[in-house]
Amino acid sequence: MRYSIFNLMRQALTGHRGWGPAWRDAAPKAAYDVVIIGGGGHGLATAHYLAKVHGITNVAVLERGWIGSGNAGRNTTIIRSNYLLAGNNPFYEWSMQLWEGLEQDLNYNAMVSQRGVLNLCHTDAQRDAIVRRGNAMRMHGVAAELLDAAAVRRMLPFFDFDNARFPIKGGLLQRRGGTARHDAVVWGYARAASDRGVDIVQNCEVTGFIREAGRVVGVHTSRGTIRARKVAMAVAGSSSRVAQLAGLKLPIESHVLQAFVSEAIKPFIPGVVTFGAGHFYISQSDKGGLVFGGNLDGYNSYAQRGNLPTVEDVCEGGMALIPALGRVRMLRSWGGVMDMSMDGSPIIDRTPIQGLYLNAGWCYGGFKATPASGWCFAHLLARDEPHEVARAYRLDRFATGHLIDEKGAGAQPNLQ
Amino acid sequence: MRIQCPFCGERDASEFAYLGDANFKRPDPDAPDAETRYFEAVYLRSNPAGPHEELWYHAFGCRSWIRVTRDTRTHEILAVNFPGSNKAS
Repeated sequence: MRYSIFNLMRQALTGHRGWGPAWRDAAPKAAYDVVIIGGGGHGLATAHYLAKVHGITNVAVLERGWIGSGNAGRNTTIIRSNYLLAGNNPFYEWSMQLWEGLEQDLNYNAMVSQRGVLNLCHTDAQRDAIVRRGNAMRMHGVAAELLDAAAVRRMLPFFDFDNARFPIKGGLLQRRGGTARHDAVVWGYARAASDRGVDIVQNCEVTGFIREAGRVVGVHTSRGTIRARKVAMAVAGSSSRVAQLAGLKLPIESHVLQAFVSEAIKPFIPGVVTFGAGHFYISQSDKGGLVFGGNLDGYNSYAQRGNLPTVEDVCEGGMALIPALGRVRMLRSWGGVMDMSMDGSPIIDRTPIQGLYLNAGWCYGGFKATPASGWCFAHLLARDEPHEVARAYRLDRFATGHLIDEKGAGAQPNLQ
Repeated sequence: MRIQCPFCGERDASEFAYLGDANFKRPDPDAPDAETRYFEAVYLRSNPAGPHEELWYHAFGCRSWIRVTRDTRTHEILAVNFPGSNKAS
């Protein structure tokens, strides 16, 4: 059923008894053209664009748990395209443009809210760095504004501007950045893909790959064997585990990243703000809770939960920036498993094994990339050549030295 | 998470700094396939979901390196050794 004001009124008059499920809970068939492993945002977006843009609808998305149970529900919902490097910026800007038209494309309210993303600077050197970043963005055609301290103060008067160690000297503002409702993004993609004939198979864990003459021709799953002409992995967080089933070793470590939400309060912070002196970022959800996070815990983990030293560290960063935060109670915290690649940038590429494709290494930036990741992965699967904006995300770049080191931390994921 | 330092006893994990996989071996730079071996040693990780041998540095304690075996699914510390040895403390 198409969602519209007329359908809403019709349902309102008939007691809302006519709403059906948003997507079909399919049982797996014996064979497909494309099998996508991973029913997160990236996998579902890939299925949607395969069906919509490339007309490939004989597709299954296999999800180990249920839709929305993984990192799609464990992020801080921020969307932005304020990247410095030429390998990254056009990709994330394409993602931003897809976000801007997402709700019309999917006929689903993803609550995309372009409330602005502001990166603060606290030293002259940091100001130089954000000026450079802003200029790089503008050279790629992405609007960026440099704010001085007075302009930031008008926007956020309750911040600690005259902190002795971390005075706020200004900031880089991307007004088109903001937030989106994370659950609605996966639900919307699932519904749109399912409507075009894609099978979304839940509670279906991949346990192995079927190989014939070296080529991957399908998968063994907890719900039987499924053959496929192409198999696509979009399982960030578990990429190493699934790749190991195919005998591949990846340039990835899994790390835990925690995020937090406070009790709901009245409108307080208008957009997304990042603290430049520590790793802390914050926004306010439409329900009123302050959503914030910081650094990785800093050790390999698949546990989906972190430890208290990081909680303390993040909250200290928050208090240094916004002293009023101390009056708000923290409501919940959660941990997500990040696919930390060795240069901090993702991988969308073929693998050395024929028939197996890889979408991985999203570090802690996977949510904002969801639409473009799906778009480019679908392009790669359909045409067997990389999409123009994802050309740099090669798996072999670590061997050839073409790293995309946006942060420049080296092959040390715990420092990224 | 608390780590049993062989020198200082059980200490909070916040006293330690993490390096990563303890099984890094510097390849022979004179080997004919040295380029490939270095790529594998620097960039590829086994990244197991389960027991993981890793190096930690007791930065706010005795300042020694230790080899910890930890389950990445539960954060349970299974064993602590001196680096370069397999003998449990």
